[in-house]
Amino acid sequence: MEKIRQGARSRHTKKTWELRLYVAGQTPKSLAAFANLKKICEEHLAGQYDIEIIDLLKEPQLASGDQILAIPTLVRKLPQPIRKIIGDLSNTERVLVGLNLREQK
Amino acid sequence: MTTAKPKKQQMRLLAKSPTGIPGMDEITGGGLPKNRPTLVCGAAGCGKTLFAMEFLVNGATQYNEPGVFVAFEENAEELTQNVASLGFDLKDLIKKKKLILDYIQIERSEIEETGEYDLEGLFIRLGHAIDTIGAKRVVLDTIEVLFAALPNHTIIRAELQRLFRWLKNKGVTAIVTAERGDGTLTRFGLEEYVADCVILLDHRVTEQISTRRLRIVKYRGSLHGTNEYPFLITKDGISVLPITSLGLDHKASRERISSGIKELDDMLDGKGFYRGSSILLSGMAGTGKTSLAATFVDAACQRGEHCLYFAFEESTSQLLRNMRSIGIDLAPHVKKGLLQFHVARPTLYGLEMHLVTIYDLIKEHNPDVVVLDPITDFFAVGNKAEVKATITRIIDFLKMNQTTALFTSYVSEEEGADRSIVGISSLIDAWISLRNLESNGERHRGLFILKSRGMAHSNQIRSYDLTDDGIKIGAVDLVGRRTELKVS
Repeated sequence: MEKIRQGARSRHTKKTWELRLYVAGQTPKSLAAFANLKKICEEHLAGQYDIEIIDLLKEPQLASGDQILAIPTLVRKLPQPIRKIIGDLSNTERVLVGLNLREQK
Repeated sequence: MTTAKPKKQQMRLLAKSPTGIPGMDEITGGGLPKNRPTLVCGAAGCGKTLFAMEFLVNGATQYNEPGVFVAFEENAEELTQNVASLGFDLKDLIKKKKLILDYIQIERSEIEETGEYDLEGLFIRLGHAIDTIGAKRVVLDTIEVLFAALPNHTIIRAELQRLFRWLKNKGVTAIVTAERGDGTLTRFGLEEYVADCVILLDHRVTEQISTRRLRIVKYRGSLHGTNEYPFLITKDGISVLPITSLGLDHKASRERISSGIKELDDMLDGKGFYRGSSILLSGMAGTGKTSLAATFVDAACQRGEHCLYFAFEESTSQLLRNMRSIGIDLAPHVKKGLLQFHVARPTLYGLEMHLVTIYDLIKEHNPDVVVLDPITDFFAVGNKAEVKATITRIIDFLKMNQTTALFTSYVSEEEGADRSIVGISSLIDAWISLRNLESNGERHRGLFILKSRGMAHSNQIRSYDLTDDGIKIGAVDLVGRRTELKVS
């Protein structure tokens, strides 16, 4: 499991957002999803997030834990409740709505 | 039904995966198409999940093929509980690594769609489960949940097509279940993708009797029965009842057995009935059919033979009491375990249930003689064709085991003694008619043999009486009075 700590400017900054991105190998969709995710996180959650990338091709048994069907899937583990966002995250608005950073219109 | 096929044709026959469900493998000629997906559809509660589960369980326990059950609606505990009553011990199979139960939970409210995606996660989960135990059978129940949970149906359709191709390549035989649509086989048109085999389950209630039916809508590359077959969900799982499952190739016995009455045996070529034959006793109410049946059973038990008596009108104690009044005491046979009664009103359940109950009891006790008294009551539960089909199956089944079958049947005055159960009479080997004959202001009981295949039999109408000491058949026939007889 790759853990990419972003925004770790200070070790004492509280990481209130735990995000998991499930991919299946390095496909164009997966790479796009990761790129989009980083961008969104830097813009809106700077310093407060943790992204974990789980490659199901390497670890298939982890798919059942978070009930992953679609690839790519972004799971917001914290803050609760769990939210799942499927797709390559190209639609920023929807991502923000999904993460509850934006009120649903 | 087997005909010799030229070698070339045999090679092109589809490989099949046996279901192990009684009757199913017969009507499909061996089972479901191997390494292909089969669609099982039907309304809610018609038995799709059980059918699919039984396919997996049998695969694991009988054919050494482990299986993966992917559930989209029930979780593992619910499933395990639901099938426990059928005698399937899923926990045990899981422990032995013969079965994996995977519950895929999709919460519509949790999901937000934000761009392009595919269902690779499903493939990975499924692939992982299959690889873990080397599964050869897979069930997806019901995959339609995907349509309700994920908004982009175009993606789902494309992925399902990919999934079925993937399953073929993976070398697993799959069952996919789906709910019946309004006027269509499935709600989301799954039958377009699962093109190899489609089975439709139906559950209807007609005139207060509930019946379940199964129909093979399509089976590409294979001959299959196209009829609707009734099936049951019994305590051991599903049981399909094909009518032509049994070829007419039972061996005919040459052994003769006594009817219990010497004079009747005399009328039957001096030796009595053939073992394994089917015998019909018909007559109006009160003519002594049950008494004659009891006499037959008494004689068989005294020979040490095992009898199974299905009574559809009287209770066991009533039967025993009534037979005692003509000097036949069946109680000792019951005590010794040679005679078993099974009492049920025909209207208690549908014909199929009766059939399966009869099958099960016969398989369990393996009797030498079986009595159904009376079969006329079956007409209350089914139409002529259905009753004939049921009786045919029973007769076929009994003949396979060389079990002698005795049926009693009422005739009403309007029908006339000879025209009663016309359809059934062609199925039986021996037919004895009990009549009320009037002559010279007196009523007599008359007995005669309408037919008895394979032997010379008397054509006399003999008088008979129900005495304290059993049934007595007159040694003298009524030849002299025939012309004055008004037969009823």
